[in-house]
Amino acid sequence: MYRLPCGTFNTTYKQDMALFRTKFLKFWVGVFFVFLLVFPFIANYYMLSLANLIGIAVIGALGLNILTGFAGQISLGHGAFIGVGAYTSALLVMRLHLSFWLALPLAGLFTAFVGLIFGIPSLRVKGLYLAIATLAAQVIINFVMIHWSSLTKGTSGLPVNPPTLFGISFDTDKKYYFITIFFAVLATTFAKNLQRTRVGRAFMAVRDNDLAAEIIGINLYKYKLLAFFVSSFYAGIAGSLWAHYVTIITPEHFTLSVSVDYLAMIIIGGVGSVLGSIFGAIFMVLLPEILRLIADALSGVYPSIGNFFSAMRDVVFGLTIILFLIYEPDGLNHRWQMIKAYWKLWPFSY
Amino acid sequence: MQYFIQLIVTGLVLGSVYAMVALGFVLIYKSSSVINFAQGELVLIGAYMALWLTVSLHIPFLLSFIITLIFAVFLGFAIEKLFLRPMIGEPILSVIMLTIGLSVFLRGLVIILWGTETRVFPQIFSETPIKIGFVRISQVYLWSLILSVIFLVIFTLFFKYTDIGIAMRATADDQTAALSMGISVKKVFAMAWAVAAVVAAVGGVLLGNINGINISVANFGLRVFPVVILGGLDSIPGAIVGGFTIGIIENLASGYLDPYFGGGVREVAAFVVLVIILMIKPYGLFGLERIERV
Repeated sequence: MYRLPCGTFNTTYKQDMALFRTKFLKFWVGVFFVFLLVFPFIANYYMLSLANLIGIAVIGALGLNILTGFAGQISLGHGAFIGVGAYTSALLVMRLHLSFWLALPLAGLFTAFVGLIFGIPSLRVKGLYLAIATLAAQVIINFVMIHWSSLTKGTSGLPVNPPTLFGISFDTDKKYYFITIFFAVLATTFAKNLQRTRVGRAFMAVRDNDLAAEIIGINLYKYKLLAFFVSSFYAGIAGSLWAHYVTIITPEHFTLSVSVDYLAMIIIGGVGSVLGSIFGAIFMVLLPEILRLIADALSGVYPSIGNFFSAMRDVVFGLTIILFLIYEPDGLNHRWQMIKAYWKLWPFSY
Repeated sequence: MQYFIQLIVTGLVLGSVYAMVALGFVLIYKSSSVINFAQGELVLIGAYMALWLTVSLHIPFLLSFIITLIFAVFLGFAIEKLFLRPMIGEPILSVIMLTIGLSVFLRGLVIILWGTETRVFPQIFSETPIKIGFVRISQVYLWSLILSVIFLVIFTLFFKYTDIGIAMRATADDQTAALSMGISVKKVFAMAWAVAAVVAAVGGVLLGNINGINISVANFGLRVFPVVILGGLDSIPGAIVGGFTIGIIENLASGYLDPYFGGGVREVAAFVVLVIILMIKPYGLFGLERIERV
């Protein structure tokens, strides 16, 4: 994380802590932002819908990475927390007729409090036991979503309106893109900055060894719960954005497999890395799409392939996770660093 | 009252299957500190394998049951060798994620091979229920209970008296000490997975005989978590006690509360118990409390 390219020397602490440490990096980040803004005008609707899904996944994955990657607390309940955000926001807008722009932060806050409650076991148990406690959170929250049908309409689904601003309804992929990308950039910036603060460093101390962290004066309870709070806040925001994007939500959107998807994102992208969360989100959203392309191409040869599509997706998905864990345990982010390092010294690499 | 006892008895049957599956789970955790999220898929594969042999290949049930068990041994070996061996020494998150990946992979494979519709075993036990006192119990239930008790006894004896069983307990107790006594820890890990796959297969066949099987049997793997947490993750007697307890609790909760919630209480009741246990006694009834040092 704190490796620097050859020839870059820091002489002050300020330089050392800077977000963008080289002019080269600043330039390319600028180019990337311009690209993000131009993208909706050159892309078709299919690409834009993927971009929206990626944007929402980035926020969710960042949230999980703050909890699991920064603070070292394993969570199998992230999908359920996203669901809490989605339902809160949907109910605030549809029942209480609040504006989306107010419902969004409220959904984040409410989810954060739910996250706090289910984070309490982390004060007593950790590692495997915590994973199982969050699994219980996932099952219980999902049960409530299905069975509190007077509120959530259960499995028949809750319709949600797209957000509006100054009379403009964000009801197309193209318009919604600007909302998603705004919040995704905001979430990324916050996460990146969090890493550099006292809180972020405390998270990492807790992750590396919580007893040692406590001995050097870090209040374990405070920081573990704070990690759950921030992470669930992200989940709530992602859930709210998701709800108003898909415009109908059912409990099936927030099952254990969603939690697993998000865990896979941070594993594949790189645990504890902001850039990795983004890579992971892109990878996990595009994987089923690429599989669908392959299945469509093969359907001429094997007509029954369509019936097995979701099973095939599972097989490839499971295998991807396993292979990444065995052969690329540090994720795509690590590979990206390697590629960068290689080209930096090319053609005289050693 | 009769309803209550009926619920208890069926709870015991369910609990005996839980105990079987939990046994495999605890065994893997105890010897290699790996938490196996794919236990439910092992149950699924065992059930489908036996079904396929009996129905499609017309092999007598008993023979196909034995072939399934042999297949499960090799499946366990293969999983350990291919997927778990490279993960030795990796952080907990990676190992958890690996078994989750494994479960997704195996589930997809089962769907491709055998489809998703519910299938039932051909009638093996007679349908007339047996009356014990005033409780009516169907023969399938009775036989499941008897079979699982037999298997539980066999495994308890296996751990107590055979060389491999003792080696496995030694490894579970202290890997380094076991290594220095000449025990091959690699072999023990492989054996743990083989035994886990076997008990899962037995559980799967029993479940298949009771309710028929479809892909949702895999969720059974998740419902084993409350069992092992209640008993203690690293305790074999805990798995057995926990299995019966959770089986009965689930049945009672579902029998009395389902009308109020519109079904599905069975799945969630055990997890509510789990959260309570984690808050009060996180290492379970018989689990070893770990003391940490920096």
